[in-house]
Amino acid sequence: MKKHIYLVMGLFGFAALFTGCGNGNQGKGSSGALNSSNAEKVYVAPGEHDEFYAFMSGGYSGNLTVYGLPSGRMFKEIPVFSQFPTSGYGYSEETKPMLNTSHGFVPWDDSHHPDISQTNGELDGRWIFINGNNTPRIARISLTTFETEEIIEVPNSAGNHSSSFVTENSEYVVAGTRFSVPIPQRDMPIKEYKGNFQGALSFISVDPEHGHMDIKFQIIMPGFNYDLSHPGRGKSHGWFFFTTYNTEEASTLQEVNSSQNDKDFIAAINWKKVEEYVNNGGGTKMAANYAHNVYDESTHTATSTMKKEVLTVNPIDIPGAVFFLPTPKSPHGCDVDPTGQYIIGNGKLSADLTIHSFDNMIAAIEGKKFDGEAYGIPILKFEDVLAGTVKSGGLGPLHTEFDAEGNAYTTFFISSEVVKWKLGTWEVIDRKPTYYSVGHLMIPGGNSRKPFGKYVVALNKITKDRYLPVGPEMEHSAQIYDISGEKMELLYDFPTHGEPHYAAGIPAELLAPKSTKFYKLSDNKHPYATLGAADSKVVRDGKDVHIYMSTIRSHFTPDNIEGVKVGDKVYFHVTNQEQDFDVPHGFAVIGANTSELLVMPGQTKTIIWEPKKVGVWPFYCTDFCSALHQEMQGYIRVSPANSNIDLSWSLGE
Amino acid sequence: MRKIIKSSAVLFSVLMMSCGGKEEKKKEGFSVDRAKTTTEQPAPAPAATDTKPSETVDLDNKGVGPITSVNLAAEIDQEMAKQGEEIYSQMCLACHRVDKKFIGPAPKGVLERRSPEWVMNMILNPEVMVKEDPLAKALLAEFNGAPMANQNLTEEQARAVLEYFRTL
Repeated sequence: MKKHIYLVMGLFGFAALFTGCGNGNQGKGSSGALNSSNAEKVYVAPGEHDEFYAFMSGGYSGNLTVYGLPSGRMFKEIPVFSQFPTSGYGYSEETKPMLNTSHGFVPWDDSHHPDISQTNGELDGRWIFINGNNTPRIARISLTTFETEEIIEVPNSAGNHSSSFVTENSEYVVAGTRFSVPIPQRDMPIKEYKGNFQGALSFISVDPEHGHMDIKFQIIMPGFNYDLSHPGRGKSHGWFFFTTYNTEEASTLQEVNSSQNDKDFIAAINWKKVEEYVNNGGGTKMAANYAHNVYDESTHTATSTMKKEVLTVNPIDIPGAVFFLPTPKSPHGCDVDPTGQYIIGNGKLSADLTIHSFDNMIAAIEGKKFDGEAYGIPILKFEDVLAGTVKSGGLGPLHTEFDAEGNAYTTFFISSEVVKWKLGTWEVIDRKPTYYSVGHLMIPGGNSRKPFGKYVVALNKITKDRYLPVGPEMEHSAQIYDISGEKMELLYDFPTHGEPHYAAGIPAELLAPKSTKFYKLSDNKHPYATLGAADSKVVRDGKDVHIYMSTIRSHFTPDNIEGVKVGDKVYFHVTNQEQDFDVPHGFAVIGANTSELLVMPGQTKTIIWEPKKVGVWPFYCTDFCSALHQEMQGYIRVSPANSNIDLSWSLGE
Repeated sequence: MRKIIKSSAVLFSVLMMSCGGKEEKKKEGFSVDRAKTTTEQPAPAPAATDTKPSETVDLDNKGVGPITSVNLAAEIDQEMAKQGEEIYSQMCLACHRVDKKFIGPAPKGVLERRSPEWVMNMILNPEVMVKEDPLAKALLAEFNGAPMANQNLTEEQARAVLEYFRTL
C-alpha cells in the first residue's frame, strides 16, 4: 500500500516536472486553447493599448461599437441610426435632424456593414461608413471625433443591404438594394412583381476633402435581390461586384421560391463607364424625396435638407457597363482579393466556393462570349469566367476575407467553421470550428489591397453556452484567432453588443494619434453657446424660454432660475466650458420627456423641457466630474401659467 | 422622559402648523442651530499657523511647472492685458470672480502674495501643482477640494492673463 502511494506521488512529481518543462521549451509553437501563450497573446496589460481598433456594426442596435484587438475590450458605442439617451444623440435639438428621413423622424435602424475610407486601395483612417438597412441610409462617421457627421437617405431602395462599401480611393460609397420595389413607388398588385419591380444600385460620391456625400447616380437593375457587394481593386479598380439572389423574381415564400435556379448572378458593374456616361449628360433625372443630414462640428449642430431629384441610369443604355456572372447557388458574400484578380461568390446553398477570374471576365467580354441575356443585360458563360472552385466539405459558405500572404478565410454558417484556403491553388490549408454559426469574419484591412493579417475575428450568430447564462436574450459572441502561422489558433471569446454583422479593423497607430481630445471653446459657433460665464442668461421669447447655461467643475451658471411658467417650452442650452481631456458634464432635469445631455468640453448641447407642474425642480450633473460632483446641481422655479414673476437667474447670490 | 419627548414633539408640530398659515414669513431655525454648534466646537486648525493659505504671502515660491522665470516690465503692457482680460472672461471667470472669493480665490492682488511664475504654473499645470506644491495643496483644501481646472491655455495666453492681473 505504502509503495503504491509513493508510486503515485512519484508520478505526480514527474508530471509536474514535465508540465514545467513543456511551457518553457515549447512556447508559441504548441497548440490548444489551454496553452498559456494564447492567454498572453490577448492579454493587454493595465494601461497598455491594443494593437488594432475593430469597428463592429450594431445590427439591430443601429449603432457602431469600437473594440480593441486582441483584447476584445469595448471602448465606445457610437450612436449612428438610433437614439442614444446616454449622450442625448437623437434627443438633443442639435442631433434630432440627423435622424430625419422622407418618412419623418426615424429613431432606429439596422446597421450592417462598416467600411473604412481608402486611398490607393489602403485604409486611410479618415472616415468609416455604415448602412442603415431598414430605412435605407448611409452614414459617415469621423475617425477623429468618432461621431456621426453625416447621414444620407437612399431613395428607390429598400433593405439597404449590399452597402456600404467604398471604392479604392473612396470615390464612391456604394449602396445596393436587397429588396426590389416599384420604381418609382406606386400602388400596384404584389403579384405583378416579376418584370415590374426593380433594384437600385446607388453610387454616392464622397467629397475628398470633407467627405460630404451626394448620390451621383443610381443604376436601375432588374428586380432581383442585391445581397452583398465589394469593389474591384488594383487591376479591377473601376468595377463593382454585387451578388444577387431571387433571380426567380418571386414575391412570396422566398425561402422556397428564391432557391429554384441552379445559379444566380454576380452583377459586374463598370462604374467608371457609367460615371463617364453621366458626366457626358447621360441618365434621367427622376423626382425623388430624400433627406441629407449634415452635422457641423463648429456649430455642434446638424441640419437636414430634403433633396428632390436623383439621377437614374438604365444599364442597357450603356453598352459594356453591366454584365452578369452566373454563380451557384443564391450567393451571399461577394469578396474581392487584395490583387483584384479574384471575385469570390459564396453560394450559401452550395458546399463549394465559386471563384471568378477578373482576367477571364474581361476576355469573355472582349470575345463577346455571352450565354443569353437578362432584361437586356448580357450573361457571361459560367465556365468562361470561372477561375476555380474550393471544395471544402463545409456547409453554408457566407463571407471571405484575406491576409497578405495569398490566403483566404471563408466562414461556413451551417458547419460553424472558418476555412483557410490558398488563392490560385484552391487547396484547403486549415479549418477551425467557431462557436457558433459564424456570419461575417474580419481581418484588419482584409478588404483592401493591404491586409494586416495577424488576427481574424469570427462574428458568430449564436451564443448559447459560451458565457454565463443571462436569460433567453444574449449578446452575440466573437472569437479571435491568431492567423500568423500556417494553422489558425483560437485565442479568445468576447461578447459583442447588438448583432454585429460585418466589422472593419485598422492598426491603432493610424487613428490614435489624431483622435480629438476636446473641442476648442474658441471654435464654438453654436448660436446659443455660452462662451464665458458672464454670457449666461435667460431669455423669454413668447412661451419659449432660452437658458444659456455653462458648466465647469463643479457648478452650473446660472444655478437658480425663476420666472418660468407651466406651459413654457424651456430650452436648456448647456455649454461645457472645460478645456481639458475627458471632463464631460452631464445635464438632467426632473420630468424631462427626452434624455440627459452629455456635453463634451467646448461643446454646446440643447434639451427641451416642458414643465407641467408648479414647483421648484432640481437639475444636476450626471457625469461624476469631480470631488464636488454631488454639489453640481441647481433649481428652476415653475410658477402657474398666469403668474407675473419676472425671469431672473443667478449663481451664488 | 419618553412622555416629555412625545409632548414636546406635539408642541413642536402645533407650532409648525400655526406657522404654516402665515406665508413663508417664518425663517427656518435649523441653520442657526447648526451655525452655533460649529462655532462652539474648537477649531480643527488644519495648519500650524493661523494665516489662511489664501492670505499667505510667499513671493519666492515659483511653483512646479514649465515656467521658471518671468520678467515683468515696469510698465504694464496694456495691449497684452486686454487680450488677457478676454481670455480670462472666457476661460476663468466661471470660477474666479475678479475681486471676491468665489469657487476659487480672486485674482485681485494676487501678485502681492505670489510670484508671477507661481501664478502661471498654477494656470498651466494645475494637476501637478495641487499635488506637489505645498501651498497649492493647502489652497485646494481651503477651497473645499474644488479642483483648479486645466483650461489648456498656451504659455502666451497664460502670460497675457498674468498681465491682466497686474491691472487689477
